[in-house]
Amino acid sequence: MSTASTKPSTVKERAGLALNDEFLRKAVKFTTERLRSGKKTASEEHGNWDDWRERGRQIRLHTIAHLDYYLNLFADNARANGVNVHFAETDVEAVKIALAIAERKQAKSIVKSKSMVTEELHLNHALEKIGVEAIETDLGEYIIQLAGETPSHIIIPAIHKNRYQIADLLSAEAGETLAPDTQILAGFVRKKLREKFLEADIGMTGCNFAIAETGSMVLFENEGNARMVSTVPKTQITLMGMERIIPSFEDLEVMATLLPRSATGQKLTVYMSGITGPRRTEDADGPDEMHIIIVDNGRSNQLGDPEFQELLNCIRCGACLNACPVYRHIGGHAYGGTYSGPIGAVLTPALKKDESQWDDIANASSLCGACYEACPVKIPLHDMLVYLRRRKVESGNGNLAEKVGMKGFSTLLGGSKRMRGVIRLGQLGQKLVERDGGIRIKLGPLKGWNTYRVTPSLPKQSFRDRWSTIQRETQAEGAVLDPALKARMEAVVAERKQGGGSKHGGHA
Amino acid sequence: MKVSLFITCLSDAIYPRVGEAMVRLLARYGVQLEFPTVQTCCGQPAFNSGYWDDARKTATTLIEAFEDSDFVIAPSGSCIGMIHHYPKLFEKDAVMLERANRLQAKSYEFTQFLVKVLGITDVGATFPHKVTYHPSCHGSRLLGVKEEPIALMNKVKGLELVPLPFAEDCCGFGGTFAVKMADISGAMVTEKVDHVLETEAEVLVGLDMACMMNIAGNLRYRDKPVRVMHLAELLYEGVK
Repeated sequence: MSTASTKPSTVKERAGLALNDEFLRKAVKFTTERLRSGKKTASEEHGNWDDWRERGRQIRLHTIAHLDYYLNLFADNARANGVNVHFAETDVEAVKIALAIAERKQAKSIVKSKSMVTEELHLNHALEKIGVEAIETDLGEYIIQLAGETPSHIIIPAIHKNRYQIADLLSAEAGETLAPDTQILAGFVRKKLREKFLEADIGMTGCNFAIAETGSMVLFENEGNARMVSTVPKTQITLMGMERIIPSFEDLEVMATLLPRSATGQKLTVYMSGITGPRRTEDADGPDEMHIIIVDNGRSNQLGDPEFQELLNCIRCGACLNACPVYRHIGGHAYGGTYSGPIGAVLTPALKKDESQWDDIANASSLCGACYEACPVKIPLHDMLVYLRRRKVESGNGNLAEKVGMKGFSTLLGGSKRMRGVIRLGQLGQKLVERDGGIRIKLGPLKGWNTYRVTPSLPKQSFRDRWSTIQRETQAEGAVLDPALKARMEAVVAERKQGGGSKHGGHA
Repeated sequence: MKVSLFITCLSDAIYPRVGEAMVRLLARYGVQLEFPTVQTCCGQPAFNSGYWDDARKTATTLIEAFEDSDFVIAPSGSCIGMIHHYPKLFEKDAVMLERANRLQAKSYEFTQFLVKVLGITDVGATFPHKVTYHPSCHGSRLLGVKEEPIALMNKVKGLELVPLPFAEDCCGFGGTFAVKMADISGAMVTEKVDHVLETEAEVLVGLDMACMMNIAGNLRYRDKPVRVMHLAELLYEGVK
């Protein structure tokens, strides 16, 4: 179990650990590459992917815009199905509700299928404290639990571990040496977990989608463990973020098209379960008692905020992690929160209202936009990262040196005369450090940059110094503007005056 | 018809040869660029770091510089992309918003202007070299400039275009990111250069000198003699 006191506190420190861990980098790179190429193939094969993304986005936008209505509809329908529906405003409240159910049931053990919300609530620790054993039954989650770690990826929790590290962990649990062979390792876990499923008092699940019109909850999974969790134990507790809602099963068709393809490149996960209430008399299996705990925990802060409301559209597929070049190098733990990658970098601070509690995670992005391009519901995460940076600065929680630097930047580059002066100063000053047209010193702001690069030196003349010569020479050559080209330019200008013509560029 | 050059601060100070190639290439078609010397920087470093008041200052100099232009062309999809953020930057100021919208509507990345506005894909260039191409993120992903450079390179005689593995991955520049998160950025540029070297290309070409400076810097650090150019330079060198 990693303890909070020894954890590195900044993103840079955490990233530094990951960057020096060759096993981690290789493992993360290997799997993210497999997942994103799988997604690419699956989305291309399906066809019209951008249209599907737009449909998905519209469904999510509509649902979140009317979240109060759909949440009530869902709760009413689920209750009519015999489900106990609970609302929790904070993490503390959600944990309290879950523990109260466990205590009332006198539960000794709980089997869990994958749920990021329970990670967010640190529910396993809370259950342990009251003497309830909580066992993760998703293979990746099980590995992470044995290692005493937290998931480093939304859908592949143990992505940072290779086969050999996993064999070591499972061998320790088995009390014998297991070969680093996927079948042998999975076989051991399967056998071990079968016993746990049978003796568990409560099954605990997350929720991929909650269907408002029927009060059903839907789970996507590949291992069949979620189905065991939701059919064998007598009591089921489901935890869901308040934004998991979609209006109808018709909308689920779109989500079922987007989610598995975006997550793993699968057309559909091996199991997709829709659960509408506890076991009825005519049912062969299922829990006798069912609870759904709907968790807010900062989510409603985004409602009504034009810059961040779309964050609630996320369907937790992990595609942005797999596409992110930063995530590929530093893995998930460097993000320092439950959720990692680009979505985590935005979600972790956004769930906390107080900017002074935000660390510098939003800075760990080159703003390349790969996350936005990968997102099946087109959340503009790269824009949100900038908004987070701005809010931190404008709330007075920015970095002082950077503030001074930016003031200098805008002053020096606020006018062309001053900018010319700066360039001139650079041209003169670099003489001390320049060699063969390059600058190699590792000092001041160039320290980090020059650890990996040689900085080009400034040429003797800037473009503006050269301009009068270039202009004179090109005018002397005197090519005449082709009438056809002139006509094309005029047509564009005319179209622009009609209110069109600005369609070039911008978000596709 | 007033077609203006937005040189971008990086090309102005470090890569004047890129701006010069653009101007001379377009002059061959009788498109005489004019250069308002009052221009400075698009303000992206301040904008991306969250210092929007500072960004608005430099953005205002650019809006003023190009008020009378019919077209504004820059050798950078990233700086043109920044102009696309101006309406958001000035969303609470109706007068500036209107001016920002006008600038956005007439701003083009260099190959966008050449291919989409002028309709030129064959500039008549010859460049008998093995070339690989890095599509910069802001230009390709956010501005949508994907086909234009490929169309232009396909028409260059003798040019052998070798696909860059994982071409669409960011090179790790990211402006202040490269300074603030130097080690992450370093890992990214190292990986990018590994891919460039895999192609065995003689020349790496791109549309954004910030990314090219980043990649060229790492190539040079590792003593790898791959030539790094902006596509405008390549095309102009090919017709000279």
